[in-house]
Formats: sequence, C-alpha cells, structure tokens
Amino acid sequence: MASTIRVRATNSGDTTEVQALVQHPMDSGYVKDASGNLIPPHHIDVVQFEHGGKTVFTALWGPAVAKDPYVKFSFKGAQKGDDLTVSWVDNKGQSDTLTTKIQ
Amino acid sequence: MLRAVGATLAVLLALAQTAVADTTDPQADFKAFRAYFTKRFPKVPLNDFVNGPYSMDADLRKQWVAIDEFPPYQFALDKGQEMFGTPFKNGKTYGDCFANKGIGIRQNYPYFDEKTGEIITLELALNRCRQANGEEALSYVKDDMAALTAYMAFTSRGQPFDIKIPSDPRALAAYENGKKYFYSRRGQLNFACSSCHVQSPGEHIHTEVLAPALGIVAALPIYRSEWGGMGTTSRRLLTCNSQTRGVPLEPQDENYRDVEYFLSYMSNGLPISGPGARP
Repeated sequence: MASTIRVRATNSGDTTEVQALVQHPMDSGYVKDASGNLIPPHHIDVVQFEHGGKTVFTALWGPAVAKDPYVKFSFKGAQKGDDLTVSWVDNKGQSDTLTTKIQ
Repeated sequence: MLRAVGATLAVLLALAQTAVADTTDPQADFKAFRAYFTKRFPKVPLNDFVNGPYSMDADLRKQWVAIDEFPPYQFALDKGQEMFGTPFKNGKTYGDCFANKGIGIRQNYPYFDEKTGEIITLELALNRCRQANGEEALSYVKDDMAALTAYMAFTSRGQPFDIKIPSDPRALAAYENGKKYFYSRRGQLNFACSSCHVQSPGEHIHTEVLAPALGIVAALPIYRSEWGGMGTTSRRLLTCNSQTRGVPLEPQDENYRDVEYFLSYMSNGLPISGPGARP
C-alpha cells in the first residue's frame, strides 16, 4: 500500500521548512453514520518529525483535528540532503513512518 | 368567430415553436455568455475564471495559493494514477478505451456520439470502459471515480476546452435541453443553476463565494473541504440540486449530461485546471 504520508522539506540556508499531509480518517467518535450508529473514535494521537536522532517537532493531535491533516513548521540546524523522518501513531495503535531527504 | 381566432392562435403558436427550435445557435450563445462575464468582471483575466471563487475574492485566493503548495487532492491523484495504470482482469487498461491512451484528453469531454446520438461524459465513458472489460461500474459521485478523473484532468491541465456541437439535430437538441435545464428554476428555494452562477458569482451564500458559470467545469473533480473529500462533476450537479432543496436526478441522467455539455461548450478555449480544491 502507498504511504499515508506526503512530506516536503526544503532548506534555505538557516532554516528548513517542512510541510506534510497525512491520510487518516480522524474520526472523533461523536459522528454517526448513515444508519445512526456512532462511528468509533479513530484518530492520530502523536506525530513526530526526527532529524539526526533528535525530535524536532511533536504534535499531540486528537479527536478535534480534521480528516487528512496538514502540518507546516520550520526548524534550524539541518542541511540539504539530510534525512527527515516522519511518524504517527493513532489511538488504535496503527502507525506509519516515512523518511525523506531535505531538499 | 371565436373558433377562427382559436385556430389562428394555434397556427401562430405552432409557428412560434418552430421558430424557437430553429434559433438554437450555440455560437451566438457562446459569444453572449462570455461577453456577459468578461464585461461584468473586467479585471479578471479570461483564463482565471476556471479558478472559480478564487478569481472573485482576493482573500480566498491567498488561502488557496497556500493550500495548493500541498494540495488536498494529492492522495486522490496518486490513487487515480495507480488505478489508471493497473490492468483489468482481462489484461486491458483504461487507456485502451480512449484516444491517446487516455492522456491529455479531458478537454474533449463531453462529446456527442454520432452512432448512439447521446452525450458521452468522461465519467460515463470510464464506467462504460469498465463494463466493456467485464468490471463492475464505479459509483459516479466520489472516491474511485473522482480519483480516475482527477488523474485524467491532471494530465490535461492547461489544454483548452474543445467541445464540438455538430450540426446534427440530436446534438443541438441535447445542447438546448442542457441550456434549458441550466436556466430553469426548481426546488423549494426556486433557484436555477444560473441564479447563483450567472446572476450572483462573487457574492456570498453563507460563507461560500459563488463561482462563475464560465469555466466552472474546468476544475472538476474537486476536493471540497465541506465534503471532506473528492467529488466528481456528477456530485457537483447533484449537490447543486439538493442545496436548492430540489430532488436530485440520478448521476449521469440525460439532463445532467446535457447540462455538462452546455457548460463545457460555454467554457471552450478555457484551460483545464482540475483537479481543484474548493472550500
């Protein structure tokens, strides 16, 4: 299966700008389906971005974050060509991870 | 006396009806339609009309430019590309059903099929392709169908709409029917398609900015944040009907196909910009 993560990291001298999109239903647990049954909660809890063995960004997502979430941030201290690893874990224990090169 | 008047009236009415049928003139409609929008929005570059609400509202446009750096339709596009390249059980692919293997042809749809006398939209052609190859038809409104059309639109980006209306009475009738559907009021709110998209583009309806009818089909399929997912041309037409509290037709109903034919012809020369992202 194709990865659930799309990420782009671009370095411009000092800072590296990261944009990522994650494919996930992000069900809050409060929405009902067409036949009136509650859709059980299914959402990402933690997203992490690692660079050079250090966590550069952590997001504690939860039921209030929309479907297929998008995140954008920047950090200092990386070079072009470095590896950046993205990973997420959801409330059902499912997870995905992806490593990309900083451009 | 009265009877004579009645008979004359009937003759006159019959004459008037044939006169209406004879005046189906897509080219004149096209000129008037385009002139209406370009005169009303003189600051909007012609090719920008395909960007719908973003051509009308600077603030919205700023947000869209930011969103488009990492477009929400990306997943659908990737899926569509994968589906398009995956052979059916009989070894054939979607590409085998289309001219140029299905690449860069979105701008030619819908077209008038001279053999059957009906309007063939891209969505209809895709399902017919599946059925001809022994596969089940897809839902017309979202998911797989939207993914496939997203990919086909993406390979056609920038190509100008090239819809032909041959001088075949059946093609002209389909065009005229589409036009009539577009301008007819319906639903509890008594809105025609044109009430919003011709009379009021750029104005707000709740928090939404209404898109101009000129070029409105060029960005389909679209990712709508309101839908939380992708939607096809069929879905767009269906929801237009339900939002005016009318009863939507079945997807790919003859009327819907005719409307798409009419609107696409009105957009001739404008570039394909799909898949799109809308609030």
